[in-house]
Amino acid sequence: TADPLITEIQPWAQSFGDGVDATPYGLPIEFESDVIRRNVPWLTADATSSINFTPIHALDGTITPQGCAFERHHSGAIELAKPDYRLMINGLVDTPLVFTYEDLERFPRETHVYFCECAANTGMEWAGAQLNGAQFTHGMIHNMEYSGVPLRLLLEEAGLDAAGDLADKWVYVEGADASSNGRSIPMEKALDDVLVAFKANGEALRKEHGYPVRLVVPGWEGNMWVKWLRRIEVTPMAVQSREETSKYTDTLADGTSRKWTWVMDAKSVITSPSPQSPITHGPGPLVITGLAWSGHGATTRVDVSKDGGKTWETARLAAPGADKALTRFYLDTEWDGEEMLLQSRAMDETGYVQPTKTQLREVRGLNSIYHNNCIQTWWVKPGGEAENVEVS
Amino acid sequence: EGGKLGLGRPALPEEVAAWNVDVLPDGTGLPVGSGSVEDGEMLFSDNCAACHGEFAEGVDNWPELAGGEDTLADADPVKTVGSYWPYLSTTWDYVHRSMPYGNAQSLTTDDVYAIVAYILYSNYLVEDDFVLTNENFLDIEMPNADGFIVDDRAETEYPMWRTEPCMEDCKDSVEITMRATVLDVTPEEEGSTEEVTEAAVTQDTSEPEEVVEEVAVIDPALVEAGEKVFRKCAACHEIGEGARNKSGPQLNGVVGRVMGSVEDFKYSKGFVAAHDQGRTWDEVSITEYLAKPRDFMKGTKMAFAGLKKEADMAAILAYLQAASE
Repeated sequence: TADPLITEIQPWAQSFGDGVDATPYGLPIEFESDVIRRNVPWLTADATSSINFTPIHALDGTITPQGCAFERHHSGAIELAKPDYRLMINGLVDTPLVFTYEDLERFPRETHVYFCECAANTGMEWAGAQLNGAQFTHGMIHNMEYSGVPLRLLLEEAGLDAAGDLADKWVYVEGADASSNGRSIPMEKALDDVLVAFKANGEALRKEHGYPVRLVVPGWEGNMWVKWLRRIEVTPMAVQSREETSKYTDTLADGTSRKWTWVMDAKSVITSPSPQSPITHGPGPLVITGLAWSGHGATTRVDVSKDGGKTWETARLAAPGADKALTRFYLDTEWDGEEMLLQSRAMDETGYVQPTKTQLREVRGLNSIYHNNCIQTWWVKPGGEAENVEVS
Repeated sequence: EGGKLGLGRPALPEEVAAWNVDVLPDGTGLPVGSGSVEDGEMLFSDNCAACHGEFAEGVDNWPELAGGEDTLADADPVKTVGSYWPYLSTTWDYVHRSMPYGNAQSLTTDDVYAIVAYILYSNYLVEDDFVLTNENFLDIEMPNADGFIVDDRAETEYPMWRTEPCMEDCKDSVEITMRATVLDVTPEEEGSTEEVTEAAVTQDTSEPEEVVEEVAVIDPALVEAGEKVFRKCAACHEIGEGARNKSGPQLNGVVGRVMGSVEDFKYSKGFVAAHDQGRTWDEVSITEYLAKPRDFMKGTKMAFAGLKKEADMAAILAYLQAASE
């Protein structure tokens, strides 16, 4: 029978839609209202010290829209206006300096795309398959185009002669919120690719991501990307703040803990099909897609398995992998309607191959919390539904 | 070497002093001061116990600060200041800069020494007559000081995993060994269109005239001052639209409300009895309670020392009424 959506004149084809300025700053259309950040309330005591998750199962491409990019706060997202913004550089520098927001805009600027992944992403899965959705297992990540000033330029403006030998010096960075979240960064990284950023995806940072200024520490764990950045101190040693001792350290099976595990190793996940994005169209052409990334550089290859890791085929990258940024991969395939155990496996430019959960557990045990970059398995059932599982 | 651009201005010594308060592991940055376990016990009870428990054992999902010795290799390690934290400087720095939660930097230097002394005591690391000072600070030995190694993934992991991956016949068999739906801890999807519509409808039915009239009675400046005072309460109490119970009950309409009447909140025995007697919160009872919670209600779970200033009291009353609207 003929489709009335085609044979009958629809209201939207007859009269007007909204005029310009109906929404001076637009939000997604109402039909997309399920594409939102989500929280797992039992994880934390209170929303002001908590995390939510990017809806990666519902996105495509690589750039994360700011409005659905995951949030992590330690004392809530504060409102700090540009005129009230001050950035101090002190410690082992020639001249301690204070910058206003306008000062920062006068330094030579760079623009780069980087992923920001919380060290705890996938951390709830150490002991077993737990959360049923790519958003919850892998959604503590976002990928944006940042514009800002290289931290190196600000340090050079204050002068580093007073620091002497830079090889053993550190840069302590601190936020303006009540948690004053602070982290120590080795000088070598600080002078390399760290950005003091004030724009993301072309527009001002959102309040929840540190407006007006945050730190971008490419390839390194998200906790170091200090938001509402207010102070940069050159120190003779790591400060050993709460966030780099009691948290963000990885406890091994024998009870000793790794510290300074800053780099996020190569990782990938299939975003669709996945538990929140089941196959609804039945057998036939199927697009399997997902994201891959590495804190060591560019993703060079992603393999996909449909049988839980027995056999693998190499997926197509939407674009050549970029340095410390998300890469989108596709496997254009035919689905026979039978069950699949879907996995993806990333490789980066250092030749590192994303390990299985078993391999990680053999080295680290079950208590690491952080830095779980294991291969993820989705069990796609004959009806097209998918579930988070572990396989032998 | 980039040339200098002459941007920014020199930071004044008092500006650096105001912000540069971090304390390094070797004690650099530690101010002169002292505090006893005895004083710390009281301060901890007033400022910290609502979340961390009277004995630093932790309430709900808030961090426990004491105990957990010899558990780091167990199935569920208990990571506390005593069992895990390698440097005492971290505790002092964090309490000083970031605590109490929601009222950061409100403690004096000596208060911080006392609270840290009490946390040490609650971990059996010092005796009950101990006084912590900047002089004896570095003498404290943290049990897990040697429990950390620098990231060794480059030696222990990368050589293993930088190999050509298998593509065919990589396993003999594959079995599902665990399923997420068996645990069933994934939150239900929220944000559906129905919910959004419902919220919009609720908003539309409010009556603007009434709201305006009510707010006009209360002094806006006083309400604003009260909002600041309320920060002392906000770690445990919510008020306003959508307010929920936290470690304390939600406070909507608390002025005029029957005591112990918030649904799903587990009250202390005293408030259960007050509820059964039909006692209500009015300005007098709220003032008495907030002045000295434990005198007003024996056994109250509210770990709050009390509001000292009359001005704060008036402000908080105004805010409680205004914010309930």
